[in-house]
Amino acid sequence: MTGSGTAALRGEDALLRVEHLVVEFGRGPHRVRAVSDVSFDVMAGETLGLVGESGCGKSTTGRALSQVVPPDSGSVRFDGVELTELSGRALRQARTKVQMVFQDPISSLNPRRRILEAVAEPLAMWRVGSKAERRQRAEQMLEAVGLDPGVVGRRRPTEFSGGQCQRISIARALMLEPKLLVCDEPVSSLDVSVQAQILNLLDDLKRSHGLTMVFIAHDLAVVKNVSDRVAVMYLGKLCEVSSPDDLYRSPAHPYSEALLASIPQVDPASGHRSPALSGELPSPTDPPSGCRFRTRCPRAEERCAVEEPELRPVGVQHYVACHFPLARPAAPAET
Amino acid sequence: MSPLDPRRFRRAHGPEFPPSESLEGPLLEVTDLHTRFRSGAGWVRAVEGVTFTVGRGRALGIVGESGSGKTVLTRSIMGLLPTTGVERSGTVCLSGHDLTAMAPSVLRHLWGTEMAIIFQDPGTALNPVVRVGRQVTESLRKRLGLDRSEAHQTALALLTSVGIAAPEERMRSYPHELSGGMRQRVMIAIALACGPRLLLADEPTTGLDVTVQAQILDLLAAAQLQRSMALVLVTHDLGVVADRTDEIAVMYAGRIVEQAATADLFAHTRMPYTEALMRSIPQLADPSHTRLRAIPGRPPDLSTVEPGCRFAPRCPYVQDRCRAQVPPLRTAGPGHRFACWYPVSSPEGEEALARNVAAGVPAAVAFTGAPERRP
Repeated sequence: MTGSGTAALRGEDALLRVEHLVVEFGRGPHRVRAVSDVSFDVMAGETLGLVGESGCGKSTTGRALSQVVPPDSGSVRFDGVELTELSGRALRQARTKVQMVFQDPISSLNPRRRILEAVAEPLAMWRVGSKAERRQRAEQMLEAVGLDPGVVGRRRPTEFSGGQCQRISIARALMLEPKLLVCDEPVSSLDVSVQAQILNLLDDLKRSHGLTMVFIAHDLAVVKNVSDRVAVMYLGKLCEVSSPDDLYRSPAHPYSEALLASIPQVDPASGHRSPALSGELPSPTDPPSGCRFRTRCPRAEERCAVEEPELRPVGVQHYVACHFPLARPAAPAET
Repeated sequence: MSPLDPRRFRRAHGPEFPPSESLEGPLLEVTDLHTRFRSGAGWVRAVEGVTFTVGRGRALGIVGESGSGKTVLTRSIMGLLPTTGVERSGTVCLSGHDLTAMAPSVLRHLWGTEMAIIFQDPGTALNPVVRVGRQVTESLRKRLGLDRSEAHQTALALLTSVGIAAPEERMRSYPHELSGGMRQRVMIAIALACGPRLLLADEPTTGLDVTVQAQILDLLAAAQLQRSMALVLVTHDLGVVADRTDEIAVMYAGRIVEQAATADLFAHTRMPYTEALMRSIPQLADPSHTRLRAIPGRPPDLSTVEPGCRFAPRCPYVQDRCRAQVPPLRTAGPGHRFACWYPVSSPEGEEALARNVAAGVPAAVAFTGAPERRP
């Protein structure tokens, strides 16, 4: 699975184009390659779902997009601007167009701030409009995310549930009218009923605000629901890139198949599929040679230990990094 | 006899329980349990009149949103509530013995040997400054009275049985050196150490990856089967309990609103809340961008007392009667109970829903109609 290679990249007109992204942490023998030569792109208006287990580098990839974690090498081209070359004010200016929503909505809000102040803060930092105008914009945005500004505006984050705090975080992220919203596990700490509300909200906002999204999650059912394109990550590399319907119908990478098999199904009639995956993620400080998934892969052969597979097309807009991809059903009539 | 069989050991202290084989009746019998907490805003009624039984070796799933009282329920059963600011009434009988009448010093002897609990967050449930080995052997030595080397050997066997590779090495590790899935395995090993007849698992897989979640759930199911242990699996995710329990109880605002055999619950859902919960989960079978049927609003504040059904403000079937009278638990076939005036797929329920759709009640309008595919 280690998918280096740029086969999955489309034209030059993508809103976001990430090439050979590498992010490392630590030094000496403890140096970890959290993201190791990852390339992908996102077209304007598209939602890219990034899935994988904890420790696969999906959050680091998300953070590297807005240079919160500076990449060690590689390029992040956003809207025609190379973000890795920017610094100081130019970078901060560029970042206004790339906003993030984090996993833990409660800790991502300052507990001492009143909600209205917290939501208006991005505007205050860039000195947009007068105080009254900023306040008005914040109130409009709170309304857009389904909260009553008159009721919530004066309160503090501790008075709200996780779902409400997530709405507030989303409102704050949208204040500077970003083009790209990077959502890092935005619903994984929420209850299923609230999760559905937030997913619907994100979808509504995506359309009303013309957003492009990178949606990071470990729940494949959630990712399928929101994404136009899904990239599966394992140990810092991409294994498979595909349209969601295609990926879920006929996964080509053994890891994608195993991930799909581990999802608990609500309908008991569907029968329990036992997970094909045993063991845990190998240490990223000393990743396996060749294909990084080979230590847990049921299809691994000698070749996998020596030669790293590259992303290559196996169907229409369907790419896989595997020497022995799973057979696909004959000619899927998909566009 | 397997080295893990608790019958191998004498119990060091505590009241002698009759062996489970000789007893008739259910293992756990909870009757009209109420638990409330004192808070600044008055009494918070976290558990309100819960009644259920769990048979020996059976698995019961308890499903509900955050704040539905499911965690307080498990702690009330275990007797792990704070000593002040709490009121508990009703009875909890384990093998016919009423736990609520026992002093904490007596109850303590049952923890681990008769009943054990696995908490949601294995990171905080383990002691961070004590090596894993000592945490596993503690109850073996104190409850079963094993000597050091016996306890060590048993702990090794236990860690191996929960799927931990290199158990010798792991015994010397501190909890922070293990991954979340590993820590949960250690928690399970500790809970299973003294061979309990009842295992309560409170959100054992929340916060774990899907792949690890599947492994942990399979492990619990295997342990349950091998030891013919009863399991109460508490979760907010219907998918987690769907194919691993015999029975499911759905909780809302401190009450059980529906309980049925697992297959029956999915096939013949009666309570609108259960139905809404099932429908709000994204389904893999649906094409991408299918609009989800979210349950509007959020769970009620348990510190206020309102007449009627607590789900009424969010319910697509709601009628005037629901706001005035609390629906009692009714029986719908063997082992199937539900609390609703206008149950799902009953003539009165269909009528109520149709009336609400016609009247434009938002919860009902959002709920009906074919799943819309977003543009």
